[in-house]
Formats: sequence, structure tokens, C-alpha cells
Amino acid sequence: MAKHRGRGVATINYPIGMNLGGDPSQALVHSNPTGKFTVTLSSIDLGQGMKSVTRQICAETLGVPVEDVFVDTADSDTGPHCMGSFASRGTHRVGNAVMMAAREARAVMMEAAAEELEVDPADLETDGRGAIHVKGAPHRSIAVRDVAIAAQFRQGRTIAGRGIFLVPLSDVDAETGEMTPATCYAHACFIVEVEVDDETGDVAVLKMTSAYELGRALNPKLVEQQLVGGSWMGMSHALYETPEPYYPDTREGPRDFNEYLMPGPGDICPHDVAVLERPASDGPFGAKGLGEMCANPVLPAVANAIFNAVGVRVNELPITPEKVLRALKARGGAVPARAR
Amino acid sequence: MKTPVQFRLNGEDVAAFAESGANLLDVLREVVGDLSVKGGCWQGSCGACTVLIDGAPRLSCLTLAESIAGRSIETAAGLRRGAELHPLQIAFMERFAAQCGYCTSGMLMAAKALLDRNPSPTREDVVEALGGNICRCTGYEPIIQAVLDAASGDRRRRA
Repeated sequence: MAKHRGRGVATINYPIGMNLGGDPSQALVHSNPTGKFTVTLSSIDLGQGMKSVTRQICAETLGVPVEDVFVDTADSDTGPHCMGSFASRGTHRVGNAVMMAAREARAVMMEAAAEELEVDPADLETDGRGAIHVKGAPHRSIAVRDVAIAAQFRQGRTIAGRGIFLVPLSDVDAETGEMTPATCYAHACFIVEVEVDDETGDVAVLKMTSAYELGRALNPKLVEQQLVGGSWMGMSHALYETPEPYYPDTREGPRDFNEYLMPGPGDICPHDVAVLERPASDGPFGAKGLGEMCANPVLPAVANAIFNAVGVRVNELPITPEKVLRALKARGGAVPARAR
Repeated sequence: MKTPVQFRLNGEDVAAFAESGANLLDVLREVVGDLSVKGGCWQGSCGACTVLIDGAPRLSCLTLAESIAGRSIETAAGLRRGAELHPLQIAFMERFAAQCGYCTSGMLMAAKALLDRNPSPTREDVVEALGGNICRCTGYEPIIQAVLDAASGDRRRRA
């Protein structure tokens, strides 16, 4: 009886959003009486940072400080259409819609500023700090707040914009069945080292090493948070979570949350994360999505690591100690890779 | 039948009528109105409802409300002093130690109990103190780092 170490690898090519055309989201942007801006969405922020990222995208597109943008979301009574927060689509789909809406609002803002400064809108630029000035002549400047006031009280303009992102439906080639199911893909490689106890069937996770290609990381701290946390959600799927962990009969199964296993603080291990930024051509500021992708490769990598360690293939998830022991019994004991 | 219960909550005297047999979690949320306490499983599995009772971390879902008469309860709502956040709250923000935030109240209180009795914990101490608290989003590492940060920040301030 012994503990055997093994290493498993998995790579992933992950389509962002739902496939086959459609998957739209809308955004509205308008200026407020205080000269700041509100983005209105219906997209839910579950804590992954949708509000932070759409706020950044809107501020960057408008050319105003991020502090001057508010995001009002998650109320389908007041927000525009959204498909929802899933399929790693938030930053890509909703971000694109916000960008389109902010561009339209920015155009009106620049026209209103041009009227106040008596210049052509094309000669103006934003300074990103709350003012608009003539290119090359920063002293010929007007505060965004004053532009908003002029638009409201003198010019009769609404500084507002509408945005939608809709993936066009891809035609299917009648001969080959070939089509373009998605427009944007993210990628990852995930390596995990495990130790399998051939007496108990227990699998301990020793180390994770991963690399993610996710377009542009619009908010690197949020990206890191998703990647580190998401890998443990994947690990939880791979090794822990099931409503029926016990054999031989479902009558022995869990009755409640007490027996639904998830990893705790004592189960985690070091995780080296590398992020590669290759801007996506159709992403907002080059961003793709990473939400689900950080959990998915963990499962096959763990299965591969167990095979590497003891020579058994467990094809059902989660890979509980019982399943490992049954597989070891069928195989006639552990056969580490070096012995095969 | 309802039973009157008096206790201290975050330093203030509280009197409430608790349904006989009610748990502290439900009384804090529904009778007293302290929504900083979160209910995850109502059976002692997840740690989300952790509060301090006379300084010790306890699962409020498994605590009979009538049993806390005369005792002192601390919840996440009492961590900040006016506008000043508790060092743990600052460290949790700086380490991005929350995503959905549902476990955060319980994590903060479990961590506070640790730091109150051991201002210089090791990583193993922190892992053990948080061992009864489940988090779905973060993978725990940011939370562990935040608690260690808060502890070392406290040491710096005292030095």
C-alpha cells in the first residue's frame, strides 16, 4: 500500500457566449444631472465583476474618469434586454453593447461641447479627467459637467447612447456541415499534480500550474480572482461534488447539505497562474471571457493525473475514493506510469 | 410561544421576543434585523452564519436563541468603528477575498475570533480557524492571505 504521485495536463479551446448566432445583450448610457454618466443594463453581477468591467469600458469609451460612471443593473423592470450572466459572455457581449452605447453618447457629448466652444467636433478630444479641449490647445477647454448642463438647458440635446451586440447567424455549408459557431475563443492549458493513496482511494491535489489566453485582461485583479477561484470550482466538480457519493445504494446517499462535499480551506494547494494577453478582434478593448474556462480543464487534467499516478481511468465524475478503489481493484492494483 | 431574550449585540443592549426553540440566526436576521449574518445551510455545515458569542466563534444556526440571554454577540455589522473599517475588512477588500460575498460575514467573524486570541497566526492557524467555513468562489487563498495581512498590519500598528 502506497501513495503514488502523478501529473495530468488538459488544454481547452473555449467559445465565448452561446453559439450559432444570436446571444444578444443591450446597454443604455446617459448623462446625469451631475454631469456624470449611468450605464443601464439587465446583466447580473454575481460578484465576478461585471459592474466594474462595464464601468471601465464605458469610462474609457466616453473619455471620462471611471469615478464618473455608475452602473445600474440587474433589474429587468428598468433595464434593456440581456440574455444573462453565463457562458463567459458578460465582458464580451455586454462589454461590446456598452462600448457601442458609450460611443453614441460620446458623439453627442462632443457635438454639444463643440457648440459651446464654437469649433468642429472633430477638433475636440477628451482628457480622461473630466474635460474636453481643442486638440493641441488644452486651454480651450470645457468641463464635461458644463457640457451636460449646456445640453440640458441651452441646446436641448440628450447625451445618451444605445448599444447592442448580436452575433450574426452562421450559414451551414450543405456539403460539409461546416459553419462558424462562435466568433471568439479563449484558450488555456492546465497542469495538476496529485497524490493517490491506493489503500483509501483518496486523491490529494499537490500543485496546479496554468496558463490562460483570454484576450485583454481589462481588470487584472478580477481576472486573477476568477482564475484562482474558478480552478477550485473545477476541482470541486472533479473530486468532490455529487448528490450520490456513496455506494452501493442511493438509500445510503446524502439527505442534505451536510453530506454534499466541497473543498475547504485545508484542501487547497499552490497554484501558479500565467495570463497571456492577445487582444480579440471583436472583443471590447480586445477582451474575451474566462468565467467557465477556468473550471473546465481541471476535470480532464485530474483524470489524467490519476491515470498517470496509478494507471486507472475513471470516466465518471466526481472521481471519489470509492471509484478509484473499484478501478484499482479491477486493474489488479496501482500501476504507476513508470511501471507501464 | 414567545420568550423574551436580552443580550448585547455589537456592544448595544438588545431585547427581543424569540419564538421558543428559534435559532439565533433567524432571531438576529428576522427579529433584530441584523442582515449581516447570513444563513447558508441552517444545519452547521457551511459556516456562513458564524458569529462571536462572548468572543468565541459559534454557528448561529445551531445556537438556541434563548441560550444567549445575558451574553455578548458580535456580528460583521459591528466590525467597523464609525467610518473606519476593521483591518480584516480592509484586507479582504485589498486581497479581493470576496466574489459573491455570501460567505464573507462568516469568514470575517471566524478570522476575528482567531486574531483576537492570536494576533500572530501562522498560515496553518488561519487554515484551521477557517476550516468550518465554505467558500464557493475564491478558492480560499485570497481569504487566507487577507487574514494574514490583517494580522501583520496589526503588528505593524502596534510596533
